[in-house]
Amino acid sequence: MSLLKRYVVPRLLQWVVVVVTGVTIAFVVPRLLPTDPVEMTLNRVGTFQFMDPQAVESFKSALEELYGLRGTLPQQYLGYWRRLLTGDLGPSLGAFPTPVATIIRNGLPWTVGLLSCTAVTGWLVGIILGVLAGCSPRSLWSQLLDKAFITIMPIPYPILALVLVMLFCYYIPIFPMVGGASGQPALRLSYLGSIVQHAFLPALSLIVGGTAFRFIMAKALASTTVSSDYVQFARMAGVSRRNIILRYVLKNTMLPQITDLGLTLGTVFEGALITEMVFGYPGIGYSLYTAILQADFNLMLGITLFSIVGIATAALLVDLSYPLFDPRIRYT
Amino acid sequence: MAIVRDLFKYNAGFRVGAILLLIVALLAVLSLVSPYAPGDRRVVPKDRPPSVQYLLGTNSLGQDVFWLLTFAIRNSLLISGLAVLIGRSIGVLLGSFSGYVGSLVDRALSSLADAFIVIPRLPLLMLISFILKGQVTVLSLALLLGLLDWAWPSKRYRSQILSLREEEFTKTAVFSGMSTLKIILREHFPFLLPFLLADMVSGFMWAVGMEITLSILGLSDLSTPTVGTMIYWAQYYQALLARRFWWLLAPIGASVLIVVGFYLVSTSLTEYLDPRTRLKRIQIGG
Repeated sequence: MSLLKRYVVPRLLQWVVVVVTGVTIAFVVPRLLPTDPVEMTLNRVGTFQFMDPQAVESFKSALEELYGLRGTLPQQYLGYWRRLLTGDLGPSLGAFPTPVATIIRNGLPWTVGLLSCTAVTGWLVGIILGVLAGCSPRSLWSQLLDKAFITIMPIPYPILALVLVMLFCYYIPIFPMVGGASGQPALRLSYLGSIVQHAFLPALSLIVGGTAFRFIMAKALASTTVSSDYVQFARMAGVSRRNIILRYVLKNTMLPQITDLGLTLGTVFEGALITEMVFGYPGIGYSLYTAILQADFNLMLGITLFSIVGIATAALLVDLSYPLFDPRIRYT
Repeated sequence: MAIVRDLFKYNAGFRVGAILLLIVALLAVLSLVSPYAPGDRRVVPKDRPPSVQYLLGTNSLGQDVFWLLTFAIRNSLLISGLAVLIGRSIGVLLGSFSGYVGSLVDRALSSLADAFIVIPRLPLLMLISFILKGQVTVLSLALLLGLLDWAWPSKRYRSQILSLREEEFTKTAVFSGMSTLKIILREHFPFLLPFLLADMVSGFMWAVGMEITLSILGLSDLSTPTVGTMIYWAQYYQALLARRFWWLLAPIGASVLIVVGFYLVSTSLTEYLDPRTRLKRIQIGG
């Protein structure tokens, strides 16, 4: 009961604050800017075909209805929330009349699949390598890894992805350039194999970026843990090196990393969006890219709102699982 | 100055980083003596590979890649620098305000900062610059990036100030009649400086990355040469398919130089400024 009150309820409140803030920004900002999305959409449609004035008027009012630009500001705000809560994000303008929600639903499995695999892999590999390197800071391989990751870590993600595309799609063409799979969806080995083949390069770029960051953090944490009194004591008491690394150092290094995982999910998600654009991977990020190319405001707004809510929820889940790992939160 | 010399002598990371940054700064300064204006097109023969006359070759728009790169570096540094200044000013102000005032204001500001940390910023940035399409300038891009990057710093300064407020010397200063402003500036600010430095560099790297991302997507001011827009135009003219690697490699290399240089210098400086490692150093020396 006290855990619920002390830990779970504040986290839930925090989630509400995050979602309300994000959704409100997405509501306010387009209204503050000088450009009008309705005019913009009208111009885009108008360049392709002639429309008589009456049709333009009715189209305009339909668009205003669609974007929730009718009525006073508070009314608009309430209507905006109502549509959001019922999951009605309107139709996409680029692929009219497919609803935005359907496009998101189609892209979601690809994004979530790629994201979860790479986030977990990069996280684990980074921590394990970092702890090992922190435990033997003077060995040659740990120094080499350190240098390599320090160089990779600050490089902006799109640059990393571009370099990988240049290397493995153009100069050594061993991976396909676009797409998520080839052939008909079926539970056959060839289809599953093609999924892996298509995902390999995007996944690699995400894992390399994620690993570098985790490695540097885990190494710093591990090297302070190694020099702490209780580890020194365990060493003197004759605890084996393997046990020290696994039971003493690794376990204590994991905790801050879990908190951090929740906070950096947003960044990881952004990385996944860029990956999909660079590699032409058919997830949400690619839909976002087509939305930019086709000037599809509705789809953009929908994906933005969806990603704010999605990331806030994922971060909440990470936070709520924290007591499982940290006994201090469970028992005090 | 002596510190810089010592760091340069004894710290390999600082040495490499400082040399990289010097190259970057030199390139940015060279833009002032460029024989072409930044917007010039069709002034040199198209698509020449690197040669003595055209150091980094020329592109399909008839621009000299080397001189274009100098402008690009200058503009990218300008955008990121402005963004960092704006973001850090907001962060320091809000963070210290909520740290010193406390109570309800503190709680409201902290949860707002937490919200900004969790919210994915890229889709928001894309939405905003998409609506502003065609009207994004160097200045508005910097403003946009700065306005979205204050949450982490504010949170950090707040926790620093909360602990500084409880320090013995703060109480001594208060009891000896020092004014609040003076305490903040004279007693507390020096403690925040190392944090500010590390933080500025990480903010800078974020801004460089975001500028590149937005430009590659075609969402920034495409007529101004920046590292990002150079990549955009190279992609637009299919530099990869046409095997004009120099056009794409120049901005990629420049961005790597910038971020790695800043990163190395900042880590070695924070290591130097951190009181704990400093103690360790003194012990080893003595």
